[in-house]
Amino acid sequence: MATQILMPALSPTMEEGKIAKWLVKEGQDVHSGDILAEIETDKATMEFEAVDEGKIGKILVPEGTEGVKVNQPIATLLADGDAGEEAEPVAATQTGGGREETKREARKEVREEETRARPAARKADALEIAEAALSDTEVPAGTEMVTITVREALRDAMAEEMRRDKTVFLMGEEVAQYQGAYKVSQGLLEEFGPERVIDTPITEHGFAGLGVGAAFGGLRPIVEFMTWNFAMQAMDQLINSAAKTRYMSGGQMNCPVVFRGPNGPAARVAAQHSQDYSSWYAHVPGLKVVAPYFAADAKGLLKSAIRDPNPVIVLENEIVYGRSFPVPKMEEYLVPIGKARVIRRGKDVTLVAHSICVGLILEAAEKLAAEGIDAELIDLRSLRPLDAQTVIESVKKTNRIVTVEQGWPICSIGSELAAQVVEHAFDYLDAPPAKITGKDVPMPYAANLEKLALPHADEIVAAAKAVCYRS
Amino acid sequence: MASAQPAATIDSGSSAADPALARKFYSDMLLIRRFEEKAGQLYGMGLIGGFCHLYIGQEAVVVGMQAALKEGDQVITAYRDHGHMLASGMNPRGVMAELTGRETGYSKGKGGSMHMFSREKNFFGGHGIVGAQVPIGTGLAFSNKYKKNGAVTLTYFGDGAANQGQVYESFNMAQLWKLPVVYIIENNQYAMGTSVERSSAETHFFRRGASFGIPGEQVDGMDVEAVHAAGLKAIEFARSGKGPIILEMKTYRYRGHSMSDPAKYRTREEVQEVREKRDPIDHYGQRLVQRGTLSDADLKQIDKDIRATVNAAAEFATESPEPKPDELYTDVLA
Repeated sequence: MATQILMPALSPTMEEGKIAKWLVKEGQDVHSGDILAEIETDKATMEFEAVDEGKIGKILVPEGTEGVKVNQPIATLLADGDAGEEAEPVAATQTGGGREETKREARKEVREEETRARPAARKADALEIAEAALSDTEVPAGTEMVTITVREALRDAMAEEMRRDKTVFLMGEEVAQYQGAYKVSQGLLEEFGPERVIDTPITEHGFAGLGVGAAFGGLRPIVEFMTWNFAMQAMDQLINSAAKTRYMSGGQMNCPVVFRGPNGPAARVAAQHSQDYSSWYAHVPGLKVVAPYFAADAKGLLKSAIRDPNPVIVLENEIVYGRSFPVPKMEEYLVPIGKARVIRRGKDVTLVAHSICVGLILEAAEKLAAEGIDAELIDLRSLRPLDAQTVIESVKKTNRIVTVEQGWPICSIGSELAAQVVEHAFDYLDAPPAKITGKDVPMPYAANLEKLALPHADEIVAAAKAVCYRS
Repeated sequence: MASAQPAATIDSGSSAADPALARKFYSDMLLIRRFEEKAGQLYGMGLIGGFCHLYIGQEAVVVGMQAALKEGDQVITAYRDHGHMLASGMNPRGVMAELTGRETGYSKGKGGSMHMFSREKNFFGGHGIVGAQVPIGTGLAFSNKYKKNGAVTLTYFGDGAANQGQVYESFNMAQLWKLPVVYIIENNQYAMGTSVERSSAETHFFRRGASFGIPGEQVDGMDVEAVHAAGLKAIEFARSGKGPIILEMKTYRYRGHSMSDPAKYRTREEVQEVREKRDPIDHYGQRLVQRGTLSDADLKQIDKDIRATVNAAAEFATESPEPKPDELYTDVLA
């Protein structure tokens, strides 16, 4: 009896992938351990091995197919004596023409890597909102928009700045030959060579300090942490050396270094690999801190960070890397550090978030709209300087605020915003400020517990209704 | 290059032959000694606050090494840094005024004893966290290699810092990428109050680079000419593209770890013996007199001039105003 070979999950965040190449043919005998196919994930191209023995019956998903969902049948395996049943190839996603064309097609859709069952219609709406938000700020009218992933936007930012300034270089674990642990630095080694795209040993404390020294020496290092979780080993160099030296030197020593990498929980990697450092770094004078959500902001803020004469912490997000958004096609697209953006105008309640939680407030806003509550949405984008003024002005209009973040509740970004709003807009408030945060526990591994630990849209909806006194 | 023996004897190297250089060695060491004595005095009077780590006893190390540098080379050290600043050519008035926390100090009074810098003199601090200057110095060397400017970075640290993990992370990268850095381990035999024997499994610090293939040498850090000769060789090694090298300087500090350290962990006799038998300044002065390079009268005159310089620095440092209140918020960001 034929069994189905299913599309495997090959990374913690993988929801779908591409069958890059089949290495077996229909009718071929396979043994456990044989390589069946090469599968491209959001992070890398992986070999996929056979577990069971038998004969390949039908290849259901041809090579070159993108967007193949995890657990979708991709081939059948016949045991001895099976008669090679007929199976229709899955009328799947698509087989595409040229590789490039396929890629462009893929970029057009907003990839949702955190499945968590969301209505498909929402994607398009969210995109529309994002596009509208972009068009009313720094971008001149009529600018062409190109839809790319956040991952590509970050790479483009680095490449553009490295072309512009020879003192800019990238260092970190797996940034060069491996093309980035999360593929963010893809192609940079090829263009800029090993003197400017540098694989480091696994030595966070050491290379963070080395980056600080290189900045003191007149270079503009971009130091990638594979994830911010590992930067705790380097914390002393980030705070005591990078952030404080300019002050301690009476203004003589600038430290133009960028520290960047994915921040916050990914998926199912548990407590030591799932932490949001937003409020940690936002606390420190001498640092600038950005945490973009949209691709355009990721690009524009990273470019600004690289040009900034100060140490800048760039908090990216692994799950957001694969999401696609429009980016203005401009020679020089810079987003100023320290400015929040109102991404949706509304009158009833202000929802504030940064990084991946911007996706949550977009989702919550739609649910609220369905119940007649018109939310104003603010993407903080930068955490230091923190643009509290934009939040305060919004609250003066809506009289209610809900802050959303993945970090822990005590001394959080939301705590600071609540304090600022109470201090500067107390008389405008019609309800106490509400905070939605990650729960006050280390991140659990079990899927259900992890989901409970993280903020989700329904909590935001409930909090917004509560501050609007609607039940 | 690895060797257990002191690298140079009295008359090896190029230094001893040059009377002007010998005079400079003596004067520079004595300036540090007198400066530090004055700093200790001002601390006792409450004019210098916080932590203050004196360099008395170790003067030959930095004076010999600095004389081996070329224009454009860089220096970085930890918090026992007054001697390094003076030897880098920084003005004693500006250093002392920083110690007293005045606006005329090198850091406008915002850094203090442990955190001073001079971009002009290529002195990159002055770092307060034990060992943190080692990756930073390695990064300076990285920038020199990247820019292909031929400069070398001297990265100083103590026997205490030599047990910090980031030192070895730095060693690995420096050797992997052949960075032009000289690591100078100032082994004054005590990490605060813990002796080398009580803290270090391998007490021969010049061997600490062995597992990375970094050569090392032990040097008599109480003999300025030996230091200079070893420094010339090591700096040339690094400058020629061969990668990092370690110099272990056997030295001694006479005073406590900081001004508040009663130094109960060693005997008065131990300190006294070093002072009498190995003092880097007294012995060098006597040697120069024996050689006929300087006379006793010359030594007296040098001391007199230096005392005048140091007194003027102290006066400047105590008469300069404190930073203005609005300096509180300047220099946080560029």
